[in-house]
Amino acid sequence: MESVEHEDTKANAPSVIDRYYTRWYRTDMKGKPCEDHCILQHSNRICVITLAETHPILQNGRTIKCINYQISNGCSRLKNKVSGKSKRGGQFLTDFAPLCRITCTDETEYTIYSCIRGRLLEVNENILETPNLLLEKPSTEGYIAVILPKFEESKSITENLLNRDEFENIVSKRSSAQSQPS
Amino acid sequence: MLPLKEKDKPIIQKLLSAGCCARCVLRFCCVSVQAAYRKPPEETLEELQIFINDTKNDKCQDSVALDSTDEYKLKDAAESETSEDPPNKRAKLETSITDAQSEEGAAAVVKLKDGDSRVCVVCLGILQELCGTTQAVKITEAVKAGNYEFDTLVLSVSLPAQLCVREHSCWLHVKKEVREKGLVLNKDDVIQVKEAFKWIMQGMVAKELGGIAVVTKVSPFEVSVEFTHSETDADCHFLAATCPDCFKPTKNKQSVFTRMAVVKALEKIPDGKFLKHYPCPPKQPTSSCSPQEVQCLHVSVFVAGRYNKFCRSLPQTPWVIDGERRMESSVEELIAAPILSAFRADGFNFSSSGREDVDVRTLGNGRPFAMELLNPHKSRFSKEQIKQLQETINQSSDKIKVRDLQIVTREAMSRMKEGEEEKTKSYTALVWTQKPIQREDISFIDDIKDLTLDQKTPLRVLHRRALAVRQRAIHSMSTRFLDSHHFYLRLKTQAGTYIKEFVHGDFGRTNPNLCQLLKTDTDILELDVESVDVDWPPPVPE
Repeated sequence: MESVEHEDTKANAPSVIDRYYTRWYRTDMKGKPCEDHCILQHSNRICVITLAETHPILQNGRTIKCINYQISNGCSRLKNKVSGKSKRGGQFLTDFAPLCRITCTDETEYTIYSCIRGRLLEVNENILETPNLLLEKPSTEGYIAVILPKFEESKSITENLLNRDEFENIVSKRSSAQSQPS
Repeated sequence: MLPLKEKDKPIIQKLLSAGCCARCVLRFCCVSVQAAYRKPPEETLEELQIFINDTKNDKCQDSVALDSTDEYKLKDAAESETSEDPPNKRAKLETSITDAQSEEGAAAVVKLKDGDSRVCVVCLGILQELCGTTQAVKITEAVKAGNYEFDTLVLSVSLPAQLCVREHSCWLHVKKEVREKGLVLNKDDVIQVKEAFKWIMQGMVAKELGGIAVVTKVSPFEVSVEFTHSETDADCHFLAATCPDCFKPTKNKQSVFTRMAVVKALEKIPDGKFLKHYPCPPKQPTSSCSPQEVQCLHVSVFVAGRYNKFCRSLPQTPWVIDGERRMESSVEELIAAPILSAFRADGFNFSSSGREDVDVRTLGNGRPFAMELLNPHKSRFSKEQIKQLQETINQSSDKIKVRDLQIVTREAMSRMKEGEEEKTKSYTALVWTQKPIQREDISFIDDIKDLTLDQKTPLRVLHRRALAVRQRAIHSMSTRFLDSHHFYLRLKTQAGTYIKEFVHGDFGRTNPNLCQLLKTDTDILELDVESVDVDWPPPVPE
């Protein structure tokens, strides 16, 4: 193999997410303050729904009591089954379709939403066994769900989403709003 | 002399009056002597006329003296005219019959004189002027223009489906005659129009080609002649109503009345029903069939070998999105270009024993591949010529290299594909670790044997693959420490293992993965295929 520049950290080199995914955001889902979601869109149009680093679940050292994919009497995201190349059978989601409900040990409850239109391919069952993954690695192993948008909509779904810069803008406005005297 | 028999006479007579050409009459008499069809049709017609009139004259002469030898002839004559009459009436009817017959004979002769200038009601001209020298020259010219390399050729002909309907109609027309003799004329015994056409044309085409090509039944080089006849296309339509289950609606705008469907419907339809919907004998057409362009096709030739890929920005197949090429060239294009031009082929199908990503190199012996060359105009190559072709490919680019290039059979393609599923592969990956490491931290990896992974379909291919969990084995690994955040990882794995996902974990969807084993975030910076352990194609000595 060719020789490689040896660096102590790979801080400047892009990670898997940086190389293949685009980060999109939806802030204050359903009007709830700071309940921000991060949508990782792969170049092949598949989207991974994750918590943004600003989400309340990830603040103040909270721990998770339980994660429930049963979002209503008749619907459990765990029962989602897709088959074949065209992913037949996957539950079709709209922007505000709930994916799961997370209850923390301090009794706060949060609903995580789809954020985009598309077919649900899978939900992360690893976090049911190991909820800590969600706290430690919210952008990778702690992902919530994988959604496949319709081919025709793969570009248009991002119209309602914020890119990284816009997101950071909103976040910084929040902190300055907090620091302003009332 | 035509090999005709007494029993053929009523058939001949009835078909000639119906408007069949001389050669079609021969077919219905089951004449299988090829030479008979090669004679000029006017001659054949004359012979037929003589044959049927001959006996009639005999009958006239012998009508009075009823001896045993003539009885059979007379019986024939009588029965052909008065099929319902019982034998004891024969004597009474004799004189009137023979008179009627001689009139009939005369009338038949008159009809026949005009008959052959008209288009045959069964073959629609195929066995008339459409199988003459003009047609042979047309075929020969198309073959020569194609500039193919060939020793033999096979002639194939495609006829409009309505010929089957007309054939069926004529067969019913004479069936009655035949049955009264207590004889059977199986539809299968009748010589097919296609066969007769080939008997006539094969020799003529061979002659026009200067005796170079021998026209046989099976050959790698096929010359196809197609005829259409729009005037009578509607002849088949009634079958759709009578036998609807034979005709499946087609998605394309092609006609639903294919030859196969029409033949099937004709096998099913009862005689009575057929006669209700279709004239017997068939109606006289005003034009002959129209010949279409002659098509030449050489059977595919297969070329196999092994390729190396030295470039980290070369896709295996052309990368085109929305009509725009995203990356320059591809493995298959670089290999195919010189081969396509050497074989003068129209196109190719490239396949290989597995694939590698754009950014992955293929080192070592290389990956087996095979190419199907479509319609090669040149197909004979010596071992030296193939070696030369391999050199040309290798000189053309430094991004790829080809070895063991050889011509193989179609069956060999399956040997290559078995490699994709069953054989092992080995790789070298350059791994980055988030936490700093020392040599001792990674040495345990060398001892891991037959590690079973559960790999969910990687997200990067999930858009075009089914979601599933695949169990794959990493048979062995070895490490080579580079620095506190990098090391080389060699792996020998089962076919179908996703290496990149084993290294970075793919959102935890591959378990176990290297991050878990090393208890740190890891990523893959570079990947090389070191070997594809398939022992096909056989090595070609240098």
